[in-house]
Amino acid sequence: MSGDQQNETDDKNKAVSNTGKPEQPQARMVTVSIMGKPALVPDDSTIMRAIEYSGQQIIRGAGCREGFCGACGTIYRLPGDYRIHTGLACTTLVQEGMALSQIPSVPLEKAVYDLETLTPDVDTIKELYPVVFRCVACGTCTKACPQGLQVMDYIQSAMRGDIAELMELSYECVGCGLCALRCPSEIIQHKVAILGKRLYGRYLRKESKELDTRIQQIKNREYDGEYAELMSLDREALSERYYARDTE
Amino acid sequence: MYPDYLKDSLEKVNQTRSKRLELAKSDKPVYAPMNAAEREDVLSRYHPDSASAARSRIRIGPNKGEQLTTEITDLLEAHSMLDPKRMEASLANPDYETDMLIIGGGGADCWAAITAIKNGIKPMIATKLRLGDANSMMSEGGMQAAVAPQDSPTRHYLDAIGGGHFDNKPELVRALTEDGPEVVRELENLGVMWDKMEDGSLQILHGGGTSRKRMVSCRDYIGAIIMRTLMDEVENHPDEISIREFEPAIELLLDDKGQCAGAVLYNLDTEQFMVVRAKSTVITTGGFGRLHIRGFATTNHYGATGDGLVMAYRVGANLKFMDSVQYHPTGAIYPEQIAGFLITEKIRGAGGQPLNKDGELFVFPREPRDVESAAIIRECSSERNMGVDTASGRSGVWLDSPLIDMIHGEGYTRHQFPGMCRAFDNYDIDIVKQPMLIYPSLHYQNGGIEINERCETNIPGLFIAGEASGGVHGRNRLMGNSVLDYNVFGRRVGKQASEYAKSVELGKLSLAHVTAYAGEMMEQGIDSDLISPVILPSYTPEDVRLHQLARLGNIPARHSILRSRIGCSCGNGKEGK
Repeated sequence: MSGDQQNETDDKNKAVSNTGKPEQPQARMVTVSIMGKPALVPDDSTIMRAIEYSGQQIIRGAGCREGFCGACGTIYRLPGDYRIHTGLACTTLVQEGMALSQIPSVPLEKAVYDLETLTPDVDTIKELYPVVFRCVACGTCTKACPQGLQVMDYIQSAMRGDIAELMELSYECVGCGLCALRCPSEIIQHKVAILGKRLYGRYLRKESKELDTRIQQIKNREYDGEYAELMSLDREALSERYYARDTE
Repeated sequence: MYPDYLKDSLEKVNQTRSKRLELAKSDKPVYAPMNAAEREDVLSRYHPDSASAARSRIRIGPNKGEQLTTEITDLLEAHSMLDPKRMEASLANPDYETDMLIIGGGGADCWAAITAIKNGIKPMIATKLRLGDANSMMSEGGMQAAVAPQDSPTRHYLDAIGGGHFDNKPELVRALTEDGPEVVRELENLGVMWDKMEDGSLQILHGGGTSRKRMVSCRDYIGAIIMRTLMDEVENHPDEISIREFEPAIELLLDDKGQCAGAVLYNLDTEQFMVVRAKSTVITTGGFGRLHIRGFATTNHYGATGDGLVMAYRVGANLKFMDSVQYHPTGAIYPEQIAGFLITEKIRGAGGQPLNKDGELFVFPREPRDVESAAIIRECSSERNMGVDTASGRSGVWLDSPLIDMIHGEGYTRHQFPGMCRAFDNYDIDIVKQPMLIYPSLHYQNGGIEINERCETNIPGLFIAGEASGGVHGRNRLMGNSVLDYNVFGRRVGKQASEYAKSVELGKLSLAHVTAYAGEMMEQGIDSDLISPVILPSYTPEDVRLHQLARLGNIPARHSILRSRIGCSCGNGKEGK
């Protein structure tokens, strides 16, 4: 990174020098309130990078840092806007005047069950998560979802026992739990979603006959001979075999 | 939206696309795959491991005298957090007792716990952050398993050992490939939703270095789907599995017979050190991407700092292939906010092509990862100067994703790559219509603590599984073999370590190895200001850090877990000069 370059233009999109190489744009700074404390941070930061830029070491509130793990659920407000917004700190950009707080953990009681004794239908939902039927269809969970999922719709699927739709609509849930914290009926949507997916995978999947066959072949020790032969080859012979193999 | 300065190059990509689509639809490879000599040439000149400063000789421990990755040598030639003398009371009267201690929070960890309880052992899990804060959660593309009729486990064996340059331990590769199909079945019995064809057969795609389509998948969320399933199963046994989060292990314990006998945990909230006495100890701590080897941005999770290596090395466990690092060929470099973000190899498996600034192919899209990465680095180097530069000072190549819908039909990309689409949608880039800008990103620890097919180490009572282990992938892992690795060896380690716990007799707990290690460092004249494990990376700006270091003793308040070096530039995500 060439920090000594002087950049006269504010528009980074047009920042191309005479050498044809784009130049380093100067970062603009914005003020954000991080858990009550104001900090000056670069305007192109994610919330997570802004917290770290301010000098804090995150312990709770950072996981994969790529939008998969749900560790960094964050709530924030913006100037002149009465609403509470939600986002993942790792993928949400800061804005001038943003006041934010990370959610370190979401208290809840997960249902404990033996998947082998369940049925993929509404009876299971009734038994394990009866709270689902308190849903008043207000849509607050959907509004709270940083992934933009139709959370209320998948809870409605759960109420109907439509496990396939519950699975499909909640596929991209990262389990941050912001829906559960905002829900006026105190449902723990993201845990219902995991139950739905497991029921689908265990009971509603299509069976693969090819997989049955292959598992049986291995059990019958049909590959023992080939393994023994490959494992006995020296490096050179193995290399020859490898580079001569055909490709599908 | 891409900025104006990239428009000319983007236009060239658009112009060459129809020609390249024709190639993709033909039976022949779109670009000639390299032979052995070409692979060797590009690796020796352009793979980051080939740089002269990439390796340095380690002066202490079981691998003394060997060349290891420089950052690993530094990590191992460092001080313990503990003063063993002050731990004597706790050693005599441990804070926790368990039959089996599992250190880590990812897929191998969960499998170890699940298989242990089936064997009648109640394990304890201790992990640095939350259960599931692990690289396992982040894998996107798929898992290799030889499930198709035209494929076989032995063909998988040949692909894996060739990809690893024939260095892999054969018995480990056999275990990996032979257990694969059974793992697919066990996972779906636990509730994992594999991508399937109409007739129920598994959807399979190519990955780099595969000679048969073998990659099974859950769209582009395989890690999240498998991990949430395994975690849910672990949490369904609260009476049998105890879970301690935000309590990473920082040293292993031995007993007076030299057997591994548990660990010392460090409570991140209270900064207490807690002693766990365990009949068997399993390390599933994963890899080291957050060490930012050679200054590279990483695809890894926040806690991936190689803790298991440090602990195991201090008790005398042997390391294998710790001179080799995997750079994933396709990490995002634009927009800057997601620099390092993993673009799944499944994109190339489905037909995506890497292209230079003129929109031309320069490498077969599915070479093994080290070869593909080296070829991309060469394209951007001064030798070729065909990379695309960004305003943030990065250079990379295009990864042409719009081909995918053209090959597989409209809607395929959005259905099969929801995670990729989402990441770029956030910045108004539609990968169905526009390519992505990529460069290799630090991804995987190829080597690790040496194991055999029963996950045993040279230290009795110490077992390893997953990325922390060394031997299975040789010096280069193929895509989809890490997800398979943690599932295969996670199951195996659970069985072995729980069985071992049934018969072992432990003696008196000891940290004498930590004292001896410090002595060895002094003897060798090693002068280090580093404390390891480092536990978490620091992204604190240098001006803030200088203010923190005014504290007496140089240890920032509440940050004693952290690397406290002045001027350490780790984590700025740029390759160092």
